[in-house]
Amino acid sequence: MKLKWAVLAVFFTIVTVLTGCEPLAVFDPKGPQAERQASDILLSIGIMSVVVIVVFAILIYVLVKFRASKQSEDYEPPHMEGNPWVEAICVGIPVIIVAYLSFVSVQSNYIVESAPKGYEEQEPLIVYASSSNWKWHFSYPEENIETVNYLYIPTDRALEFKLYSNGPITSFWIPQLGGQKYAMADMITTLHLAADEPGEFMGRNANFSGKGFAENAFNVTAMSQKDFDDWVKEVKETADPLSKEKYNELLKPGHLGQMTFTGTHLEFAPPPEHDHGSSQTDSTEESHEGHSKTVDSEENHSNHSNH
Amino acid sequence: MEFFERFAIPHPSPVIYASMVVIALTVIAIIAGLTYFKKWGYLWREWLTTVDHKRIGLMYLISALLMLFRGGVDAIMMRAQLAAPDNKLLDAQHYNEIFTTHGVVMIIFMAMPFIFAFMNYIVPLQIGARDVAFPRLNAISFWLFFMGAMLFNISFVIGGSPDAGWTSYFPLAGNEFSESVGTNYYMIAIQISGLGSLMTGINMITTIMKMRAPGMTMMKMPMFTWATLVANLIIVTVFPVLTVALAMGTMDRLFATNFFTSANGGMDMLWANLFWVWGHPEVYILILPAFGIYSEIISTFSSKNLYGYKSMVASMVIISVLSCLVWAHHFFTMGQGAASNSFFSITTMAIAVPTGVKIFNWLFTMWRGKIRFTVPMLYSIGFIPLFTIGGVTGVMLAMSAADYQYHNTMFLVAHFHNTIIPGVVFAMLAGLTYYWPKMFGFMLNERIGKWTFWLLSIGFVLAFFPMYITGLDGQARRMYTYSEATGFGTLNMISFIGAGIMAIAFALIVYNVYYSIRYSPRDIGSDPWDARTLEWATNTPVPEYNFAISPQVNSIQPFWDAKKKGHVLFPDKLDKIHMPNNSGMPFILCSIFFVWGFSFVFAIWPLVILSTIGIFACLALRSFEKDHGRYISVEEVKETEEKTGGAKL
Repeated sequence: MKLKWAVLAVFFTIVTVLTGCEPLAVFDPKGPQAERQASDILLSIGIMSVVVIVVFAILIYVLVKFRASKQSEDYEPPHMEGNPWVEAICVGIPVIIVAYLSFVSVQSNYIVESAPKGYEEQEPLIVYASSSNWKWHFSYPEENIETVNYLYIPTDRALEFKLYSNGPITSFWIPQLGGQKYAMADMITTLHLAADEPGEFMGRNANFSGKGFAENAFNVTAMSQKDFDDWVKEVKETADPLSKEKYNELLKPGHLGQMTFTGTHLEFAPPPEHDHGSSQTDSTEESHEGHSKTVDSEENHSNHSNH
Repeated sequence: MEFFERFAIPHPSPVIYASMVVIALTVIAIIAGLTYFKKWGYLWREWLTTVDHKRIGLMYLISALLMLFRGGVDAIMMRAQLAAPDNKLLDAQHYNEIFTTHGVVMIIFMAMPFIFAFMNYIVPLQIGARDVAFPRLNAISFWLFFMGAMLFNISFVIGGSPDAGWTSYFPLAGNEFSESVGTNYYMIAIQISGLGSLMTGINMITTIMKMRAPGMTMMKMPMFTWATLVANLIIVTVFPVLTVALAMGTMDRLFATNFFTSANGGMDMLWANLFWVWGHPEVYILILPAFGIYSEIISTFSSKNLYGYKSMVASMVIISVLSCLVWAHHFFTMGQGAASNSFFSITTMAIAVPTGVKIFNWLFTMWRGKIRFTVPMLYSIGFIPLFTIGGVTGVMLAMSAADYQYHNTMFLVAHFHNTIIPGVVFAMLAGLTYYWPKMFGFMLNERIGKWTFWLLSIGFVLAFFPMYITGLDGQARRMYTYSEATGFGTLNMISFIGAGIMAIAFALIVYNVYYSIRYSPRDIGSDPWDARTLEWATNTPVPEYNFAISPQVNSIQPFWDAKKKGHVLFPDKLDKIHMPNNSGMPFILCSIFFVWGFSFVFAIWPLVILSTIGIFACLALRSFEKDHGRYISVEEVKETEEKTGGAKL
């Protein structure tokens, strides 16, 4: 176990030094989920490096030792069928490696898909993160506020992101807090994150979604719960309320700067049904909703062209 | 006027106008050249109507090389755009079109025909057959592929290229977000060439199952033939899924169905599932024949039999089964839950085991061998370490929790290029150099070939290894630009330099062909590499009937045994040879398919109906045609054998 961590430390150093001392985003985790993922990645880099070194060593040995120029003219290579022992080793060792990595992988799957470690007891802060071409809308239902293209989060608190999209499939990703997850139009997905320390992080849509994809990013600021509460209070005092008309305008394709509103769009433009394996009646309801939504936006659109 | 408006490019740029002019000039030059040199008849008789597997193989090869350069130009433009932060060389729309066509062209119109070229040319020779089982179907397969490729390639000058990524995920690829006809081209062109691939699958399986030379049992088949068999079994299993998915996508776009829409009960992730149910096995369709080629080359240039033949076969069969059980690893982040992700994570990692067995078997094939560093062998040796790196990063990506961080990043891009370039592209170039003398009767220059190999390898490492790092630093794939503050600039510049070196290497291949045509000696005999399998036992150039006498097979390497152990390869007497007749039908049928596809893309319904009738008319005509082939007389065979380098009778 000590050896493992020694190896990991060495690789961590190499990777860091190679890239000009500043650690790569994924190797600079600021939350328990990203930490778990970073340690999985380093572990697999370590084990896989051993595999690569073994293959390289055998290859170099073979090429140096058995090249034609080193052998006599009349050397006739022997006929070699497979040897069951050799082949058993060639199967056995990879099986052990894969089994071990599978074990770690399955364990990690359950970890990243549940409340972050150390935060299990807490009531999580729920944030609805929905994308539209090419923006992110963050709705805080408990606080009853909404932001566009920036995200404020309290540290040391479990965060539960409810993701969906008002268009193409997008992927919500804050590398330093944890891996990404898809946001889709017909279902809600849930991503569990938490931030251990205050700071500013890059967040973006990682899944190609058309022309404005490259700029489809947002800023994340993690702060203490107290600062967060102050911010919420300030928003409530200063920001404009989000109306249905305003929201429909925001949905139009394009880029917007950062915006802040009181109230959320969840009341008048509800997110899709949670369960994508929903029953027949549910799905017809959903389709009505979807339909009426498009009609709304079309109306909105024509109104604007009349102005 | 309105009718013609839809053919205009929605997003024109000087590069596209320049391409239009170049395309027009090339077409005029070809037509003028053919007329001036009076080659129309030759073209029609010898190539357009041919059913000979070798000529069809060569046509696949030429198409694949052309498409390699088309896709390569896309690639170099992408790397140039990303070489510096905030670069203005391309805009977002243009960049999106380029990476979409790069992916489609490289996978479907470059790698696929490249492997089909070798399957067509080599497999009948390796199993001692006179042709494939269904020669005319084979011609249809080729022309379907060709027409599909042409249809796809005219998209950027007529109507606009697809721009939703080569994966073409819905709803992005639906009408709402992709208004131009680009994605119609994607759906229809891939559909047409996919039908061709499916037919090749049936044809190759039948050929290998039914037409092996006497004595060649399944476990005496050469490794490339085994690889072809397994790859084509995968083709027949998964290409129907693609056919159905593309048909559904086409209907969504043209007939307002709702299979993949997000409203009205459609399900966008259904496309992703169907696409990858085909898409993941597809990469094994490409890599297994590549493994087959490496097996032949490593064995030949180590002057040794292939180590662990049985485990090589077994591992390919296991890979083919597992390849159909891993598709969801392309979207671990879809939110299907920990249990489902764990299943696909384990199946994906499991593929590393049979693949590892193959790597070790190649290493042990070289063990105690007599290794000759020829160009094909250099590619095979370069393949082992580079592909191992690509393979282990695949295991890393298979860890689903960690994949949440790799997914959609340059790390993933680095990984799949790291498997496809050393895996498939190196194999194709190795196979090209290895089989070139059999195909054309002279060798490619070794010196230029070695330069090409080294430039390509160094360029590859420079181009793709930095992507592993930028991916881990948060550079998402398919971003047309990035800001200076991200700090991705230096590494992307290195990538661009690497891509430039690779471009030089590819240009050297062209130069090598030219140089070798002019200067290579022609008196190389029929076995210039001292090889071991049947394809080298026939004359060079290969007569149309391949073998004057059916070879008698005793082992995995009958030709080696004939050379070293006195095995009698051709025990029978000469007899007249039954061969299939040429036919213009495949070319005409597929030309109508092209018209059908084009009119479908632009929804010109009268023409769709007309061409559909035309297609069925061709099929009906064929069913009334009586064609029992023809015989080549013993005298003719004798004459040909004397002319092509002396019969070993």
